[in-house]
Amino acid sequence: MFAYLVKRAIQAVAVMFAISLIAFAIQGNLGDPLRELVGQSVSEEVRQQLRDELGLNDPFLTQYLRFVGNALQGDLGTSYFFKEPALEVILKKLPATLELVLGATVIIIGFSVPLGVYTAIRPDAVLSRVIMALSILGISVPVFLTAIMMIFVFSVEWGWLPSFGRGDVVHVWGYWETNFLSLDGWEHILLPSVALASIMLPLFVRLIRAEMMEVLQSEYVRYAKAKGIAPWRIYFIHALKNTLLPVITVGGVQIGTMVAYTILTETVFQWPGMGFMFLEAVNRVDTPLIVAYLIVVGFIFVVTNTIVDLIYGLVNPTVNIARMGA
Amino acid sequence: MSLLSVRDLTVKFAMREQTVTALNGISFDLAKGERLGIVGESGAGKSITGFALMNLLSRPGYIDSGEILFEGDDVVQMKPRALQDMRGNRMAMIFQDPMVTLNPVLTIGEQMVETLRAHRQLSREEARQIAILKLREVYIPSPEERLEQYPHELSGGMRQRIIIAIALLLDPQLIIADEPTTALDVTIQADIMELMLELCQSNQVSLILITHDLGVVSQMTERTMVMYAGRIIETGSTRAIINDPQHPYTQGLINALPQQTKPGQRLKQIQGTMPALGRIPAGCPFNPRCEYATATCRSQIPPMSQFAQVQVACHEVQRLQFEAEANRKEELA
Repeated sequence: MFAYLVKRAIQAVAVMFAISLIAFAIQGNLGDPLRELVGQSVSEEVRQQLRDELGLNDPFLTQYLRFVGNALQGDLGTSYFFKEPALEVILKKLPATLELVLGATVIIIGFSVPLGVYTAIRPDAVLSRVIMALSILGISVPVFLTAIMMIFVFSVEWGWLPSFGRGDVVHVWGYWETNFLSLDGWEHILLPSVALASIMLPLFVRLIRAEMMEVLQSEYVRYAKAKGIAPWRIYFIHALKNTLLPVITVGGVQIGTMVAYTILTETVFQWPGMGFMFLEAVNRVDTPLIVAYLIVVGFIFVVTNTIVDLIYGLVNPTVNIARMGA
Repeated sequence: MSLLSVRDLTVKFAMREQTVTALNGISFDLAKGERLGIVGESGAGKSITGFALMNLLSRPGYIDSGEILFEGDDVVQMKPRALQDMRGNRMAMIFQDPMVTLNPVLTIGEQMVETLRAHRQLSREEARQIAILKLREVYIPSPEERLEQYPHELSGGMRQRIIIAIALLLDPQLIIADEPTTALDVTIQADIMELMLELCQSNQVSLILITHDLGVVSQMTERTMVMYAGRIIETGSTRAIINDPQHPYTQGLINALPQQTKPGQRLKQIQGTMPALGRIPAGCPFNPRCEYATATCRSQIPPMSQFAQVQVACHEVQRLQFEAEANRKEELA
């Protein structure tokens, strides 16, 4: 177990190293930071002096090592716009994004499993065909379009749900404010969560359906029937458990991806999270913030993947984590 | 009254282009405690017969017509619920490949306990005790520990023993074993067969043993049924079939056994291969491969008739017998 964890940790560090290198390389190519820092009236001499002070004239490697050294101490640079440490700016936005992802994940898991199982068990039923057709539609329509259409229908036309912002959030601890403790918060998070889920949900339905149909063809399912096991037990104990093994692996990666997808959803719904912040940072050429965002998202990605691998090992009896890597 | 009585069982496969007949009007009986072997090459319809008896054909296969009377109930007409109650309880099945038969994510104990609890009102603990008992019967060492293990932790032979134990869990009247040792090492095959024979005899269970191994059939069964291209072509006591086969195909199968050939000689194969479903020739299905085939054989399907000690479906069986007799006399003279 310990050896496996160490192995995974080394992998994670390697991935983070690659991400940091890419993120830092971007930094040097996103325009002149001086332009953002100082006004037009500042003379060229002063600019050069500032460049020296900021270390912008140092060789790439020196700058990168300085960046990594600072990053390891939790310093990802200072946002030009907010005049605050970039990491702090991002962490303040993190709860909003994570709650949005959580909402979407709950929707995805809650709907994809029953829909996927149903369409696998009754592939010829009319309802199954409808679900499959809708899933294609869901995958094809871009998130921003789904989001705008939902705003139009549910907010503008029918006026049922708010169209932007987080609404009444309840302060939990630190700077974590949650949508899940007030009715208004629930109303605000519903549309963005559905929009964010709109791409992944159909994908998951199709994935679960395909896996389940394959599992239902397997010899052990036939054997379970030959033993006289009740159909519900065959579907939900014998087949579903085997179906979910590959789904967990793919699903974990997708949840990581969803953090990135929030950029679109948050922008349409003016959701005050990391994604919305990132787009604003791009508009303002707030380079340190952009770099810090990439690193934080990369970090979330690596962490979710590692957790997913561990969960997979726990669920799948043929993978013995305790003995792996030993 | 016989335990199992199959009448004119016809199984078809609805393929995309055409519907093919996989079993063509099969009839046979099985007495309580009797052990029947079904032999034939791959594609003869042996396994399909086994699954049809359980009404467990997977699509696109289906029972087209006929009846399967098992303890007086027609399996063909049974509702899903009645089938579910029968399967694993009154009629159990042992599958071919133990490596893929058990569910990889459920423990052995779970897979045994669920079977018992599907058919009997038992607590988990009671079911566990019965499972341990049955594992002992199939000579599984330290059964308590096995119950906690997953299939991948056990060898193929061990898994097949467990599958036999599961088949015996509810004291069924009939066990259908579909090539139970094909996927196992030769050394383990004999052990498993011996175990099955012992358990069937001691528990008074009827057995249908599906195999292509005539040696196994002669050891294990009292009666044998030879199948070819979805039909029964010869049936009788195992002793009669092995010692005095009448159908040219059965004769071919027996002559092909290595024991029938002196060392250094080539094995006597039956020429040609089994026709694919949907491409079965007119008349006797075996006629293209048969050295005795006549015009009648190519146009008419031979009926089943009593000859010597067996039932056989062959037009030329009398002529064959006559020639064989003549040969024997010649050799003697």
